[in-house]
Amino acid sequence: MNGWRAGIAATCLVLVLWQTVIWTTGVARFILPPPALVAQTIWESRALLTEHAAVTMAEVLIGLLLGAALGFVSAIGLAASPTVRALVRPILVFSQAVPVFALAPILTLWLGFGLWSKITMTIIIIYFPVTSSFFDALMRTNRDWIGLAKVMGASPARIMWHIRVPAALPGFASGLRLAVVYAPIGAIIGEWVGASKGLGYLMLLANGRAKTDLMFAALIVLAVLTILLHTAVNRLCEKTLDRPEVS
Amino acid sequence: MNQPLRMTGSAEIDGTPIFSQLDLTLTPHSWTCLLGASGVGKSTVLRLFAGLAEGVTFDGVLSDTGRVAMMAQQDLLMPWLSVLDNVMLGARVRGERPDKDRARERLVQVGLADHADKLPPALSGGQRQRVALARTLMEDRAIVLLDEPFSALDALTRAQMQELTADLLTGRTVLLVTHDPNEAARLGQKILIMTPSGLVEVAAPFTPIPRDIHAQDVLRTQTDLFDHLRRPI
Repeated sequence: MNGWRAGIAATCLVLVLWQTVIWTTGVARFILPPPALVAQTIWESRALLTEHAAVTMAEVLIGLLLGAALGFVSAIGLAASPTVRALVRPILVFSQAVPVFALAPILTLWLGFGLWSKITMTIIIIYFPVTSSFFDALMRTNRDWIGLAKVMGASPARIMWHIRVPAALPGFASGLRLAVVYAPIGAIIGEWVGASKGLGYLMLLANGRAKTDLMFAALIVLAVLTILLHTAVNRLCEKTLDRPEVS
Repeated sequence: MNQPLRMTGSAEIDGTPIFSQLDLTLTPHSWTCLLGASGVGKSTVLRLFAGLAEGVTFDGVLSDTGRVAMMAQQDLLMPWLSVLDNVMLGARVRGERPDKDRARERLVQVGLADHADKLPPALSGGQRQRVALARTLMEDRAIVLLDEPFSALDALTRAQMQELTADLLTGRTVLLVTHDPNEAARLGQKILIMTPSGLVEVAAPFTPIPRDIHAQDVLRTQTDLFDHLRRPI
């Protein structure tokens, strides 16, 4: 558990730096609240934070599930058909040039203030990393494996499903690991633009009322949840999708 | 499969000739060894028989092989499938019902009955190549194409694999592509050297295969093959 020890050490280092900045500059607590106050706020507002965190996490998890599924299917479609590839790839690349932040108001306009505008935002943000890492892995399938399956009399569809997809699952896993870190960003952007629930909404609200301690509390809760989610997905990938490279 | 398999013609990739005016006949139910320097097109010949020669323009006549079985230098085992599932890969990719009992028999034949549930990375290189042999046997084809299947193995394992493979593929039409004169002398019932100017047939011993490494006729043929391969063209 060396990773855990390093994590705790790094957290302590940040807390010490944070407190030192406050002591040396004498900055007002509504600009930068001291760590102890933030900890106290987290404890005292635990009911409020839990309520909003639950909403954000629901958006993140649903977005993650749908985005990953969409990316999985798209990558297979792209890998299977040169025509689809020629048509869709330029669109995908172009879509990456559009700043996602700019889309948030439109999504809110189209989908309303509820969960779906945030879920859609999350899907948009994770779709590309999942699709592109899985697609790259699908295109790197060992040519000799495909040749062997052809000699055995396999159809292209069965080669895809029984050889290329399982061979590319580690690539899908690395896309998923990226997606888990990006997903909360999508949900928060969505909540900033228009929401009545969620950690993003709470941050904006706290900021507007100069409750910086609550803003920091929400931020820390979000960060901790993201790390926990990342750890969980990482474990899941190690157990199911990853495999040791064969020499 | 009693008709001899014949390939006559020329092949090129993107306008670069690979071989020209080749005339190769595989005798049914026997082992034909194709020797030659690297880059002379041995593997292209094998890939043409396998129907895998993408990007190769072949101009000539090639007998219809039907479905063949193939074994390559790499074991090509799927690392996510157990040894048993790898042996049944053909059925899996064709969407047929896999015959578990027959697959287990194949594993017994190659001496890996106790390893059926392991994953390939847990096996040694020699064991993995034996699984590949079991998978090839499982396909049960009249024609078997072997593309330097033993060249990545250490000398002792290679000798054992040559014997096992020869025993288990008796009676099939085999094309063995190799660069090892000793291997050709042990296993070839017809030995051909591929050169840029065509095929040269070298007399193979008459004794049954697999032949003993120390047998006089094997050593004589091996020397013959060395001489032919060294001869300037």
